[in-house]
Amino acid sequence: MISSLGYLAVGGALLLSVVGAVAAFAAMGGRPQLAPWARRAVYGVFALATLAILLMAVALVAHDFSVSYVAQVGSRSTPLFYTVISLWSSLDGSILFWGWILAGYSAAVVYIHRDRYQDLMPAVTGTLLIVSAFFWLLLAWPANPFVPTWQAFGLAPGQVPADGPGPNPLLQNHPFMGLHPPLLYLGYVGLTVPFAFGIAALLSGKVSGDWIRAVRLWTMAPWIFLTAGIVSGAWWSYEVLGWGGYWAWDPVENASFLPWLTATAFLHSIMVQERRQTLKMWNILLVIATFLLTLFGTFLTRSGILASVHAFVEGLIGPFFLGFITLVLIVSLALVAWRSDELKSEPALDAIASRETAFLFNNLLLVAFTFTVLLGTVYPLVAEAIRGVKVSVGAPYFNRMSVPIALGLVLLAGIGPALPWRRGSPDLLAKKFLWPTVAALLSGVVFWVFGARNFLTWLTLVFSVLAVALLIGEFWRPARARREAHGEGLGRALLAVVSKNRRRYGGYVVHFGIVIIAVGIALSSTYRREREFTLGIGEAATFAGYTVRLDSLYAGREPQRDFVEAAFSVGGDGGFSDTMRPRLNYYPTSQQPIGTPRVRTRPDADLYLSLMAYDRTGASATVNIIVNPMVVWIWIGGAIAALGALLAISNAGSGADRSRRAAAPSVRRAKPAEAGVGGDD
Amino acid sequence: MSLKKLLIPATAIPIVALLAYGLTRDPNMIESPLPGHEAFDFTSATLDGDTLSLADLRGKVVVINFWASWCIACIDEHQVFVEAERYYAGQDFQMLGVVYQDTPENARRWMARRGGNWPSVIDPSSRIAIDYGVYGVPETYFIDKGGWIQHKQIGPVNTLLMRDLVDRLLAESPGTEVTSTGALEGGVPTGRSAGHTGDAAGQAAGSDTQEGQP
Amino acid sequence: MATRITLFLLLLAVSPAVEGSGFAFAQETQEAAATMPAEDPELEAQVRRIAAKLRCPTCRALSVQDSPSGMAQEMRSLIREQLLAGKTPAEVEAYFVERYGEWILLEPKAEGFNWAVWLLPVFLLLGGLAFVLITARRWVREGQARAAALVKEGQEGEL
Repeated sequence: MISSLGYLAVGGALLLSVVGAVAAFAAMGGRPQLAPWARRAVYGVFALATLAILLMAVALVAHDFSVSYVAQVGSRSTPLFYTVISLWSSLDGSILFWGWILAGYSAAVVYIHRDRYQDLMPAVTGTLLIVSAFFWLLLAWPANPFVPTWQAFGLAPGQVPADGPGPNPLLQNHPFMGLHPPLLYLGYVGLTVPFAFGIAALLSGKVSGDWIRAVRLWTMAPWIFLTAGIVSGAWWSYEVLGWGGYWAWDPVENASFLPWLTATAFLHSIMVQERRQTLKMWNILLVIATFLLTLFGTFLTRSGILASVHAFVEGLIGPFFLGFITLVLIVSLALVAWRSDELKSEPALDAIASRETAFLFNNLLLVAFTFTVLLGTVYPLVAEAIRGVKVSVGAPYFNRMSVPIALGLVLLAGIGPALPWRRGSPDLLAKKFLWPTVAALLSGVVFWVFGARNFLTWLTLVFSVLAVALLIGEFWRPARARREAHGEGLGRALLAVVSKNRRRYGGYVVHFGIVIIAVGIALSSTYRREREFTLGIGEAATFAGYTVRLDSLYAGREPQRDFVEAAFSVGGDGGFSDTMRPRLNYYPTSQQPIGTPRVRTRPDADLYLSLMAYDRTGASATVNIIVNPMVVWIWIGGAIAALGALLAISNAGSGADRSRRAAAPSVRRAKPAEAGVGGDD
Repeated sequence: MSLKKLLIPATAIPIVALLAYGLTRDPNMIESPLPGHEAFDFTSATLDGDTLSLADLRGKVVVINFWASWCIACIDEHQVFVEAERYYAGQDFQMLGVVYQDTPENARRWMARRGGNWPSVIDPSSRIAIDYGVYGVPETYFIDKGGWIQHKQIGPVNTLLMRDLVDRLLAESPGTEVTSTGALEGGVPTGRSAGHTGDAAGQAAGSDTQEGQP
Repeated sequence: MATRITLFLLLLAVSPAVEGSGFAFAQETQEAAATMPAEDPELEAQVRRIAAKLRCPTCRALSVQDSPSGMAQEMRSLIREQLLAGKTPAEVEAYFVERYGEWILLEPKAEGFNWAVWLLPVFLLLGGLAFVLITARRWVREGQARAAALVKEGQEGEL
């Protein structure tokens, strides 16, 4: 029953995507009366996608094992929460989820812009529907989650298994699984929208102006999700995998990071085009690269070409994705070549020490970062193709190569905002840079004296102080000016300054977040300490200023698993203050125990306990104690960055920026800004 | 469109070619550097309580199989060895197991249940496994009469491969130096690595797992 | 939360269900870990440095240093043993490369074709820096020239 309805929904969505795409491109090619029909097709796809995903959710919750996906990931003993989120815990379901999110974004785009961007929207709609058609094709054929179980599993016709294995144990071991994948998908899939605008700009030949304005919001929103998705993924692996780290430079982690880097570069470089009508070609290339990198990342996970923590099972999916990547690459590059004359820009730079130049360097660093991570990720393939030898490229390579680039980005996070557009008077620059430089130098001495002897870590700290001081100056100076002008309190003045130009100050808040993340990563990776202890009951170990005592060791049973748990009293020098209970979970589907570490988070350092082994009589347990300084600041920095970006787009549509722009002494020959996506930066 | 402009979409070719090449490769099939190398000697206790030294088996074709009772792919493969032991009885052939990351009791129970009369040595601190560059189980090494490693199989061995390799190695006279490994591997269907698993805690730490990440 | 029962009872209940369940396995690891030698900071630092460069064979994405797997633990203690026996770090690495191939090194060796993976990013970054600086200077010059021309034509107001 659900299978048949699912087939109908998936097939309908595929058909509507194709028909709608045809209508959209016909509308662009001189039959504008078809444009509303293309729009209706998008709404129709969204309705069918919603139906499909609801059907799957119902099948999962109702344990309808006649549906093959449910038979793969469902189990009667799995708690409801993990049953619902197993919607995206395996290949076919995750692609269904992807198709639904894409349909949602598409419907939002065509609805919000239904009366605007008449030149662009038909091509935007058409592009979105083509991408959508590809995913519904996957769902109709190689990744169909609705296939009846007996067909997929080769059972007797109509036969239904009584129960299923449940989701992969690792994926039902922590509630973050309910958060991290959806965030990541919302980011990944959302980046289709700016790509669609880029293609529309190329097709229509309107390569400056509208598309750049429209695309900012549609890049910022996925960027926020992607940032939150990456940080929550790092947090998830930290809380679950038991080795006390949060980033292993696994191919799939890299795959989520690559489009983040190019999207970040794009968000900066479109400001230059907005202001100075330049970098047109560059922006188009960045938006294409970003979308391709999301496809590439999906290809990596779905095709099994690189050994990875996250690899899904292989199958026909790989060739399908490769075909689609090839299509996207060739069509978009051909369009770029076709429009290359229109994409030429006039040089527009007034001084080297200007915001524009800072953006150029920012883009250079981000693109070099992207290239490095991409090269390292695919190098094993290159080496195998050319040398015939399997090699590995792992954390030591990526750390060594990325730290200098990341340092440059931290530096620019402060310097960029302090440099004015066009040119700044030397006086102003001296004033802006004097105190932050003094503060950075002083802090450098202090850090050295207090024992920060790792040069790169020390440099990260010094650059961070400089960046933070410069950023504070950007808030402080206008707030002070306003206080003097209006006689307000400082807090009130600051609030007024920020809320009047949320786009700019939201961006600076993001920079604070990024600098905090950099500090967290530098300190936690340099000063991490770990050691393994085997303790008898009542026995205590002292390590790195912490005391850990094994109080008891016991086993238990939950509906979906058995577990062995050890209770430790932990504390600093002054006695015990907390109890931590790391455990090993035993799932029926997994021959091996799944460790569940426990983390005690403090602002200065995390105490991280992993139960490694235990004595069968219950007399002793082996625990790995990890002391991870400042890790929590990575999550806090991620939250600050996401909130800052939210602030930056919070008044999109209110028109506040428009009035500000009119009053601003901008020399640009700008058209009146579109409500919603105008504003300063 | 001018020729110069055609160069822009042409940049797609190497990228697509590389990814297409990637689709044809299995990342888990890692070519071992060991074939052609002299077999590393070891002396260890067997499951039956004897002591066994690899050097004592010189002059025989030795098939060393790394296995564990928790390894699912080892179950089917085991029958291949049981059959081979019967088939090559009376010839210069010796089957030898190495228990990988497992307890002797579990291993003993497994052998009792699944048959086979060959010795299995225990490898309590995985030194033999590391010496042989084992990635996981099952993995199988084919040693010729002269004590040289001739082939490494990652993943389960099938009867065809077993017969082909062992027949050739038995046909050689002892003392022949490193034979043509290439020739040996040439016509032999190498099994895919499906079902080849790493060790226990490695899985717990997130080895061959799925995750809902794009 | 589950009811607490004694470990012994649970083991009786669970063990026969799964042949070779992880319970027994975990105990094996425990025995190995119990023989941990006293810590020599210098030696341990050296072990960590080497282990961080080797890829854990059973977990693929992690280094031998970071992996909590049994195999990685044994490799760490083997590294320690070999260092204590007087091998140099390079010899220890060579031992692993001989058995596992280049695959086990998490950083490709800087030699031959592998130089590409090390040098291309550096070339891109340095070339990019030079390109951006040169272009920026040219743009500034051209901009000034254009502005000067505009002043001449008396069209400054349009800017």
